[in-house]
Amino acid sequence: MPDIVSITDLTKTYGSGFQALKSVSLDIRAGEILALLGPNGAGKTTLISTVCGITRPTSGRVTVGGHDILDDYRAARRLIGLVPQEITLEPFERVINTVRFSRGLFGLGPDDAHVERVLRQLSLWDKKDSKVVELSGGMKRRVLIAKALSHEPRVLFLDEPTAGVDVELRKDMWRVVADLKADGVTIILTTHYIEEAEAIADRIGIIAKGEILLVEDKAALLKRMGQKQMVIELQSPVNAVPDGLGDFDLDLGPEGTLVYTYDTRANRTGITKLLSALSGAGLTLRDVQTRQSSLEDIFVNLVKEDAA
Amino acid sequence: MNLQAVRAIYVFEMARTFRTLLQSIVSPVLSTSLYFVVFGAAIGSRIDEVEGVSYGAFIVPGLMMLSVLQQSVSNAAFGIYFPKFIGTIYELLSAPASFIEITAGYVLAAATKSLMIGLIILATSFAFVDISVQHPLWMLAFLVLTCLSFSLFGFIIGIWAQNFEQLQLVPLLIVTPLVFLGGSFYSISMLPPAWQTVTLFNPVVYLVSGFRWSFFGASDVPVVWSLLAIALFTALCVGVIAWIFRTGYRIRK
Repeated sequence: MPDIVSITDLTKTYGSGFQALKSVSLDIRAGEILALLGPNGAGKTTLISTVCGITRPTSGRVTVGGHDILDDYRAARRLIGLVPQEITLEPFERVINTVRFSRGLFGLGPDDAHVERVLRQLSLWDKKDSKVVELSGGMKRRVLIAKALSHEPRVLFLDEPTAGVDVELRKDMWRVVADLKADGVTIILTTHYIEEAEAIADRIGIIAKGEILLVEDKAALLKRMGQKQMVIELQSPVNAVPDGLGDFDLDLGPEGTLVYTYDTRANRTGITKLLSALSGAGLTLRDVQTRQSSLEDIFVNLVKEDAA
Repeated sequence: MNLQAVRAIYVFEMARTFRTLLQSIVSPVLSTSLYFVVFGAAIGSRIDEVEGVSYGAFIVPGLMMLSVLQQSVSNAAFGIYFPKFIGTIYELLSAPASFIEITAGYVLAAATKSLMIGLIILATSFAFVDISVQHPLWMLAFLVLTCLSFSLFGFIIGIWAQNFEQLQLVPLLIVTPLVFLGGSFYSISMLPPAWQTVTLFNPVVYLVSGFRWSFFGASDVPVVWSLLAIALFTALCVGVIAWIFRTGYRIRK
């Protein structure tokens, strides 16, 4: 897949001297769903805001659909829809008018059929004549999405779309995202919820302290996540993996322990076989622990390493 | 040019005006009527004529200017301040629209509203005084230009303001005194010579003078000066707004 958004050495230092982005490079493929995970203050929103034109980059280059976001901002921005994290809507205007407004602002002529389609897709058609102030929080979030979709973007940025949203609406939101992907829209979402990234993303990026720590296919990450380790403590610590155990995926652990890595999702984990091989080799077990690296662990470890 | 964006902003802002139509119209009509009662009837009855015009009629252009200037500044200031305050400005900043288009949308909407109010005040004044307009086209031209230039000024105030107090500050502390001291209710020739000179530094004098000329054919300063003053003020405001958008002053981090 070709890249639709290309970010090269992007840095952003605010007037206060705070460096929110440190030479971030990231290529986003056309048609994918990329989830950006990161703790608060990691730079997720700054990254999105810079690509969308709300924040000025300090240095670096960003192109959207091949258009530079500064030199050719009109063409670049026309391709982008943005759903901000905060619910920011004109409270006294009717839903349909705020959506029409967004469409016009992005340079497109009125198209009531498209506006109706978007509102129906988001289950907002019944509320089209309601004032924004009369809507529930979840409904307001849908209005924000409707506004972003009103001008038929090819790239949609969703900044924490399901923060503080109930389970039902979250599922609804995922369905909408899946529909958009089916239409070929590229989606970049930031989230705190690791399950959310797992549920809908194609690739997962982890960002902390203004740096991208990792961008990986979800499948590869999940594979890492599906692996489990068994730490075997022996009566007498060993210096090397004992002879006769070479067929097993064994590594030497700290303090003379052995570490066995296996796939929890495989039909056979090989644990029984290993244990009998161990006793066959005359080794006596003292203790056994197992541990699993979840996406959350990977995430926490990466962020921790970065902080160190 | 993204003319759709100008149109979208204009329509959206005018919708706000029409949502609050009653309060938008009732308040200027009421305050104008009060001015006519107090200045026109009560005080004006002791003043015969100013420059050959009955005092009641003489104050009409000044009254219109008073409301139009206040309304232009506060409409445009509120128009751009509100998106900043509630956060919807993100959409303007991320839109494929230049500062010219964004400013045009807000300023045209604010100017339209104050033009409407100016004309409503004129219509109201017909109920109180006998008045005719000598140069109706010039009158309209002065009115439109004033609405536009002061809406530009208001737009700047709206971007500069960081809270509602600041939003009120400039219209209240600067615009109102300038209008009152700008010959709205008197001819500057009625002032002592030293004050006449001071007054010439007040830009509103040129606006009121030119506007009054379009009504009665007499002015405090030459009409050309009035036009020049508006042109200069407009150019200054456009320059400041261009600078604001180039540097992102108080809108783009």
